[in-house]
Amino acid sequence: MQFPILSLIVFAPLVIAVLMLLYKPERKTEVRVTALAAAIFELVLSGWVYLQVYLNSATPGYQFQEKYSWLPALGISYHVGVDGLSAPLVLLTGIVMFTGVLISWGIDDRPREFFAFLFLLAGGVFGVFVSLDLFMLFFFYEIAVFPMYLLIAIWGWKVTREYAAMKLTLYLFIGSVLALLGGLAMYFTNYQMHGTLTFDMLDLEKAGFSQAFQYLWFLPTFMGFAVLGGIFPFHNWSPDGHVAAPTAVSMFHAGVLMKLGAFAALRVGIMLLPEGAKQWVWLIFGLAMVNVVYGAFIAMIQTDLKYVIGFSSVSHMGLVSLGFATLTREGMTGAGLQMFSHGVMTALFFAAVGMVYDRAHTRQIPELGGMVKPLPFVAIAFIIGGLVSMGMPGFSGFIAEFPIFMGVWQTHWFAAVIASISIVITAAYILLAIRRSFFGDLPPQFEGHIGAISVLDKVALGTLSLIMITLGLFPNLMVPMVSSGVQNVLRLLGGA
Amino acid sequence: MSLNFLAILPEIMILTVGILVLILDPFWKDENRRVYLGWLTAGGLTATLIVALLIGRPAEAALAFGGMIRFDMLGFVFKMLFIFGAAITALFMMDTAKIGGRAEAYLLLLAATIGMSLMASASDLVMLYLAVESTSIPMYVLAGFLLDDKKSTEAGFKYLLFGAMTSAIFLYGLSLVYGFTGTTHFAELAGYFTSPNLISLGLVFLVVVGISFKVSLVPFHFWAPDTYEGAPTPIAGFLSTASKAAGFAVLIRFFLTVFPQVANDWQIILAIVATLTMTLGNLIALGQTNLKRLLAYSSIAHAGYALIGIVANSKLGTTGTIFYLMAYILTNLTAFGVIMAFERVTGSSDIRAFDGLSRRSPYLGLVMLVAFLSLAGMPPFGGFIAKVLVFAGAIESGWYWLVVVGILNSIIGLYYYLTVLKYVYLYRMEGEDEEAHPLPVSRPFVIAIVVLTLGIILIGTLFAPWYGFSNQAALSLF
Repeated sequence: MQFPILSLIVFAPLVIAVLMLLYKPERKTEVRVTALAAAIFELVLSGWVYLQVYLNSATPGYQFQEKYSWLPALGISYHVGVDGLSAPLVLLTGIVMFTGVLISWGIDDRPREFFAFLFLLAGGVFGVFVSLDLFMLFFFYEIAVFPMYLLIAIWGWKVTREYAAMKLTLYLFIGSVLALLGGLAMYFTNYQMHGTLTFDMLDLEKAGFSQAFQYLWFLPTFMGFAVLGGIFPFHNWSPDGHVAAPTAVSMFHAGVLMKLGAFAALRVGIMLLPEGAKQWVWLIFGLAMVNVVYGAFIAMIQTDLKYVIGFSSVSHMGLVSLGFATLTREGMTGAGLQMFSHGVMTALFFAAVGMVYDRAHTRQIPELGGMVKPLPFVAIAFIIGGLVSMGMPGFSGFIAEFPIFMGVWQTHWFAAVIASISIVITAAYILLAIRRSFFGDLPPQFEGHIGAISVLDKVALGTLSLIMITLGLFPNLMVPMVSSGVQNVLRLLGGA
Repeated sequence: MSLNFLAILPEIMILTVGILVLILDPFWKDENRRVYLGWLTAGGLTATLIVALLIGRPAEAALAFGGMIRFDMLGFVFKMLFIFGAAITALFMMDTAKIGGRAEAYLLLLAATIGMSLMASASDLVMLYLAVESTSIPMYVLAGFLLDDKKSTEAGFKYLLFGAMTSAIFLYGLSLVYGFTGTTHFAELAGYFTSPNLISLGLVFLVVVGISFKVSLVPFHFWAPDTYEGAPTPIAGFLSTASKAAGFAVLIRFFLTVFPQVANDWQIILAIVATLTMTLGNLIALGQTNLKRLLAYSSIAHAGYALIGIVANSKLGTTGTIFYLMAYILTNLTAFGVIMAFERVTGSSDIRAFDGLSRRSPYLGLVMLVAFLSLAGMPPFGGFIAKVLVFAGAIESGWYWLVVVGILNSIIGLYYYLTVLKYVYLYRMEGEDEEAHPLPVSRPFVIAIVVLTLGIILIGTLFAPWYGFSNQAALSLF
C-alpha cells in the first residue's frame, strides 16, 4: 500500500486546528509558529502531489487513490484521489494557506481561535478537492463553509461583517442543500437502476441516468454548487463577503473557496450528469456571459479598492463558468487554468489591499494616492496582479484566458466578441485603480504615517507574484496536466 | 437467565440504584457528603448502561411478561439512550443549587427513567399507558421542584395541566381502540386495522394527541417554552431530550406495529404535523431573546425533523429517526449544559448575557459552538449526518415536498443558531473586562460536557456503529 499522502493533507490541518486549541490563550507566538510550520508542511505535501501528478499526467484516471468504507450499509466510503484538474487546486490551497498564515501574523485578537478556524476551513477545502465520494464531498464542503461565518463575523471589517457573514453563510448553505438534494436523487435512482447503494462518484459516472432525470436534476445540482462559484444572479454574497473578511480570509475566500464551488459544479454537475449539462449549457453560458461583462462593469464604478477586486472576482469566475459551458477541450482547459491563476492573483490582490488598508485605514480609491513611495513592494505586487488580471502575455492570466476565448469562439463566435469587451473594461478599472491609489501625490495626512511592510509580508507577496510569472513564462508546467484532466471530462461527455 | 429477567434488567438495576439512594440518604447528611448522591446516581446509571450493553442485548425480538413488553432492539437502543441521558442529567444536577443535594430529585429522575424504559418496550395498551404516566408524574414534580421559585412552580403546574388533559384524551383513544377490537395487544390490534376508514383515522388522531404532548408536536407544544424556561435547567434538558425520545419510541412502535396497513392515512397526518412543527418552532425561535426559550422552540422544530423519518415509513426512515434522536440527545444536553454552567454564575439565560462568553471561557465557548453547529446540522458534528439520514429516508419514499420543507426550515434554523454564536464569539461584555469574570465549572460538569462533546463529534464522523444500532432497532419492527 502506498503512503496515504492525500489523507495526510486533508487531516493534518484538522488535527492541528484541534491541537492549537489546547494552547493557552496567551501563548500567541507559539500559536503563530505552529500555524506557519503546519502551513509549510501542507505546502510541501501539496507541491509533492502536484509534481507527481504532473510527471504522470500521461496516465489516465485518478492518482494517489485511497478507499476505505465509512458507512458500508449505505455505500458511503472515504475515497480520495487527484487528477489533472484537482491537483493544481490542491497546490493552490497549499499556496494560499501558506501566504495566508504569513499575512495574518499580526492578528492579535484570539489568534489561537483564528488559526484553528482557518485550518478547519483549509481541511474542508482540501477534502472537497480530493474527494471521489459524493457524500464525502458534501461533508467536507459544509466543513469549509461554516468556519467562514466565524472568521468573517469575528475578525472582519467592523462595518459590514455581521451582515456579510450571515448573507454568505445562508447563500452557500442554501446552494449546498439544493445540490445535496440532487446528490440524493442520483443516489437513489442509481439504486433503483442497478441495485447497489453507492455514493462513489466513479460508480455514479457509469450509472447512465435517463435523459429526463438528468434534465431535471442538472440545474439544481450545478447551480447549487455554482452559487459558491459566484454565478450570476447568485453572486451577490461574494463581493460583500470579500470586503468584510479579514485579509487572509478574503484570500482564502476568493482564492480558494470560489474554486471549490466551480470545481464541485464540474465534478458533480457536469461529470455525473453530462446529458443534463448538454441540455442546459445554453443557460449556464448565458449566465456566465452576464457574470463576465456585468461583473467588469460593476467593478469599474466601485470606489472601494476591495469592492473593485471583489467584483473583478465575479467577472473572472464568470470566465471559469464560461469555459465549462463551452464543453470543449480548449474552453475547459482554460477554465481549469483560470481557477489556479485567478486563485493566486486574487490572493495577491487581497494581500496587497490588506496591507494598504492596515496602514492607511481607508480603501477608498479617491482618498488614496502615491502609495508607491512608502510601499514600493506592495505597488509592484499589485501591478503584477493587475497584469495577470488583464490577461497580459507572459503572465498566468494569458495562458488561462486565451484558451477560454478559443473555446468560446468555437461554440459561439459572437459571444467571444461580447465577452472580450470585459478584457477592455478590466484593463480600464485595473489601470485606474493602480494609478489612483499607487501613483500621483501622497495625500498629506499619510505623510510619514505609512510604515513599511514586514519580511513575512514580502515573502508572501513575492511567492504569489513569482508563481504567476513562472506559470506565464512556462505554461507547460500546468497545461498538459489540466488537459489530461479535461480529457476525462470529455470522455464522460461523449466527445473525444 | 430467563427472558423475563433480561428484558427488564436495566429497569431492575435502575430501581436498585434508586433504593440505594434512599437508604444512603440519611447517612450522608453532612453537607460535603451530599455530592455522593449525585455520584451514586450517575455511577449507578453508567454501570447499568455497561452491564446492559454487555449481557442484556436481545438476540431476537420476543414477547415477555405475557405480551406486556416486547424485548427487542428498538426498546433496547432507546433504553440505552434514556439511561445515558439520565446519567448526564444527574451529573448536571449535582451542580445545581437546591437540587444537587436532594435525594428526592435523584429518585424522581430514576423513576422517570424507569417509566421511559418501559414506554420504549411496551407492546400492550395497558402497559403503555402505565409507562407514560409513570414517566410523566415524576417529571411534573421535577419541573416544579424549586418551590420558592415562581417560575419553576408555574413550569411544573403548566406541565401538569397539559399533561393531565392530553393523558385523558390518550386514555380515551386507547379505550376506544379496546372497545372496537376487544384486545389490548399491539400485534393483535394490527389485524383489525386493515383498511382505511374513519374509525381508524379517528383513533390515530386520538393517540397522536397523547404522544404529541410528550414530544411537543404542534399544536400540543404550548407547555414546552414556559416549562423549559421555568424548570431547573438540567431538568429542562432532560425533558427536551430523553423524555422526547421516549415519546418517539412509542410513536415508532405504535404506528409501525398497530397501523402498518393504514399507513397512507397516518403518513399524511404526520407529514402535516411535521411541517407545522418544524415551521412554527423555527419561526418563533427566531424572535426569542431568552436562550432557554429559544432552545425550547428549537427542540420543537427538531421533533418535526425527526418525525420526517417516521413519515417515510421505511427501514431507512426509521433508522434515520432513531439516529436523529441519538445525535439530538447528545447535542441538546450539551446546549443545556453550557447554559446551566453559565446561568449558575450570572443568574441569567438572556441571550445578551452571553456576550463575550468565548473570552470569559474559551472552552465553554467552543462547546457551545459544537452544540449549536450540530443543532444547525453542520458536519463534522452529529446533527449533519442525522439530518441527511432522515431526508434520505423521505426521498427514498418519495416525500420530496416534505424534504423541501425540512431544508427550508434548516435554513431558518441556521440563521438563529449562528446569531447565538455571534453573541458568544463576537460581542463583548460591558466594560470589555471578560478576564475579570471567569466561569468556574465543577468536576462533574466537566466530565459530562467532555463526554457529550466527544460524543457529538464521534457520532458525526465515525457514524457506522451508531448507524448499525439504529438500523438494528428499526429492523426489529419490519
